[in-house]
Amino acid sequence: MTFVAKPKTRHPHLPVNEIGLTRRDYEGAVSTLCAGCGHDSVSAAIVQACAELSLPPHRFAKVSGIGCSSKTPSYFLSKSHGFNSVHGRMPSVITGANLANKDLHCVGVSGDGDSASIGMGQFAHVVRRRINMLYVVDNNGTYGLTKGQFSATNDLGSTSKKGVPNLYAPIDLASIALQLGASFVARSFSGDKRQLVPLMKAALKHKGMAFIDVISPCVAFNNHQGSTKSYEYLRHHGQNVVNADYIGDHEEITADYAPGSVEDVTMPDGSTLRMYKLDSAYDPHDRVGALSYIQRKQQEGEVVTGLLYVDPDAADCHEILDTVEQPLNELTEQDLCPGNAALTAINASFR
Amino acid sequence: MQPTDIESPGYFHKVVDCQWACPAHTPVPEYIRLIAQERYTEAYMLNWDSNVFPGILGRTCDRPCEPACRRVRTEEKPVAICRLKRVAADNKGDIGAYMPRVPSQKNGKRIALIGAGPASLAVARDLLPLGYEVHLFEKDPYGGGMMRSQIPAFRLPVEVLDEEVDQILNMGVVCHFGQEITSMKDMLDQDFDAYFVGTGAPRGRDLELPGRQEVDAHIHIGIDWLASVAFGHTDKIEGKVIVMGGGNTAMDCCRTSLRLGAESVTVVVRSAFEVMKASEWEKEDAMREGIPIINNRPPKEFVHENGKLKGVVFACVEPVEEDGRLKYVPSGEPDVFIEADHILMAIGQDNHCPWIERDVGIEFDKWDCPVLDEVSLQTTNPKVFFGGDSAFGPENIIWASAHAHQAAISIHLFCQGKDLHKNRPPEGVNLISTKMGVHEWAYDSEHDPSARRVVPLVEQETALNNVKVEVELGFDQTLGAEEAQRCLNCDVQTVFTESLCIECDACVDICPMDCISFVENAEEEVLRNTLMAPADNLEQDLYVSQDLPTKRVMVKDEDVCLHCGLCAERCPTNAWDMQRSVIHIPQLGSFAE
Repeated sequence: MTFVAKPKTRHPHLPVNEIGLTRRDYEGAVSTLCAGCGHDSVSAAIVQACAELSLPPHRFAKVSGIGCSSKTPSYFLSKSHGFNSVHGRMPSVITGANLANKDLHCVGVSGDGDSASIGMGQFAHVVRRRINMLYVVDNNGTYGLTKGQFSATNDLGSTSKKGVPNLYAPIDLASIALQLGASFVARSFSGDKRQLVPLMKAALKHKGMAFIDVISPCVAFNNHQGSTKSYEYLRHHGQNVVNADYIGDHEEITADYAPGSVEDVTMPDGSTLRMYKLDSAYDPHDRVGALSYIQRKQQEGEVVTGLLYVDPDAADCHEILDTVEQPLNELTEQDLCPGNAALTAINASFR
Repeated sequence: MQPTDIESPGYFHKVVDCQWACPAHTPVPEYIRLIAQERYTEAYMLNWDSNVFPGILGRTCDRPCEPACRRVRTEEKPVAICRLKRVAADNKGDIGAYMPRVPSQKNGKRIALIGAGPASLAVARDLLPLGYEVHLFEKDPYGGGMMRSQIPAFRLPVEVLDEEVDQILNMGVVCHFGQEITSMKDMLDQDFDAYFVGTGAPRGRDLELPGRQEVDAHIHIGIDWLASVAFGHTDKIEGKVIVMGGGNTAMDCCRTSLRLGAESVTVVVRSAFEVMKASEWEKEDAMREGIPIINNRPPKEFVHENGKLKGVVFACVEPVEEDGRLKYVPSGEPDVFIEADHILMAIGQDNHCPWIERDVGIEFDKWDCPVLDEVSLQTTNPKVFFGGDSAFGPENIIWASAHAHQAAISIHLFCQGKDLHKNRPPEGVNLISTKMGVHEWAYDSEHDPSARRVVPLVEQETALNNVKVEVELGFDQTLGAEEAQRCLNCDVQTVFTESLCIECDACVDICPMDCISFVENAEEEVLRNTLMAPADNLEQDLYVSQDLPTKRVMVKDEDVCLHCGLCAERCPTNAWDMQRSVIHIPQLGSFAE
């Protein structure tokens, strides 16, 4: 970690976004994670994505559980609402936040321990319920805070720092998210912001459950030879299938691509999600196909990255529940307690 | 772009903007750190080594370093470098032990230095420790040259001047003071091994306008008048005074007049305020003392009656920008008349060597300047060297020191029969890691965002009553220590080792100034626009690494780096290190054994 405070002074010509803010206005406190931790790159990607989308930083709810990953909400969007919850319980808290105020952008940050072990049940159900949120897992395959035990996402045969191989099969959170109905599923790598930032932007703009599994190497305990979650391993075995690019509705769409390799999807707000297919055999709208593709590649030792699946028209939790237009926290006592006459009418409808 | 060669001494030298801009290449950040550590004597000696006159320059320097200071680009106001230099000078202890030893056994070579100004004194200082016998010739009875005759005592107290001049004279200079040299031929006949001419730019310009001759008694050439004040021949000026000119001499003239009893003082300048030659702070000092500066008024005529000056008529012009240059055109306003009893003419000065016969092998060009080799400062007569204002026209003290170091090297090489170009010692750079622990650095890396400290002044009434009372009180130790913290330590360099980098982006994410990018290599123009923040200051270099495993390169824009060391703190593999660069500027001391 760093003891020196990050100077407030910024580059004099840093670009300003549509609401007059620079990237620096989306930052948080200086990270206390280890130097070189992938999680800090994930935080930086969130900062960059939010700044480029010109989202107002105070309209976010950022929630986390416990672990290295779950410290990171302190390190981005310092102007937003934050909640550092109990281990594995980020999904419950963010569900509450989203139900109460659907106008907030919900960002949940979790880790492989927080989501794939103690919080597995919570993870499964928040995906099932299709809360409108960005669910980021900082996945390093190890318990960094307790000095490097294998986590549940660690690959079979991947070795510890001391050379001991892992004996158990991994949980693939992206595959589970696909199975349980997430309408946006992606995998990326903290060391590749060029892929990660557009994915984050698309995910933030996606209406519904957007899940991103970010392989984020632990420099202290899982960045050695024999690890399948190291910077070097991902650089050699990461296989990008679909690059995503988020294009705002006012931005010019250029057309310099090979026919058939690009697909544009119009987002609910009129902006465009552009997908560049790097493997023409891959269809990001085919949930079942995606699952088998990921598993087949995994057997070959490859890590499939990019936008794995998207359904831009899927309903989110509020649509499923058919809640009122107005966020619930803005409803007045008058709205919530309409009086005896209304109650009588409701009761009458059940008779 | 090609990978940056950081072993070339010029690369990191240029990053230290202040040192790069200083003609004598004073290692500014290093002496500021010494001040912060209250090691004033060492800070003073580091200065003395480079610029020879720290106490004098700490009060009078033209400060080319300050506009160059990186803080101008990252915040607004530069570090008060000049005033910190004075802090070192004011608080130093006994420097005796640090002075170079002058051998009692001489090396048999005799050198004549003509004119006892800063250039000659600095040459003497460089030559004496190598055993040269140095003879110094000066028409005035004291050493110091223009530092004594042209800089008023309220800016540079005589004691400060004497101390630093005597430091050099006491090293064993043979002084021939109070005798004017009137013939170079005679000098050459004395058969010295080499000659150095440092006679400055002693001729103040005059203005031939209608009425000039009739009112001669009321018109004074600025630098001559200042000299007569400095030497005590003039102690008052009465009535209304007009100072003509917009340079530092004009500012000294008007402020001196005010102190010598002038009823009113007005500075009239032919050009616009912004382009006046005077330093910003000297203009401010004059205006603070209530002296009006009137711009865009070229003089037309001296008005007189019965042989007595009545005033001056000025035309009115306005500046118009044409092809990036200012041109002055009549503004259409009627001419103005300003009353005056005295006029001080401070419109420039020239070097002037009527005492050098034109048949002694020293060629002069059409502007009457000596023809010099720009590196060695040698004239067409191989035995004769020039430096200071007499070399290329009026500059300032810090340039005189810089010339002197070069001339001293040339004289030494010449006396050894060596080539003045090929045998010059090269510049060098040493890089020393400042890493002391995981998060400990041998310099104060934390960024101090505070504003430039304001220098305390003596009460104005006291100042204006006595021409010898120094106006600026200087920073005390507390203010000096505070101001020292503003220095960004630009000499502690960000050094990148490609083979250690794992491309984790930690440095990119933490850099407060978005200086660092990992991108595909390209031509410079393209690269400058693909970085985290646009690199639009073309005067500042890009530091480009070798190819990394992902076929990208690390590009660092040096422009606004705060040298806070966060990239190195966040680097998990020490691919970034903060290394102090020590730039070796050759001086004659480099030859000493």
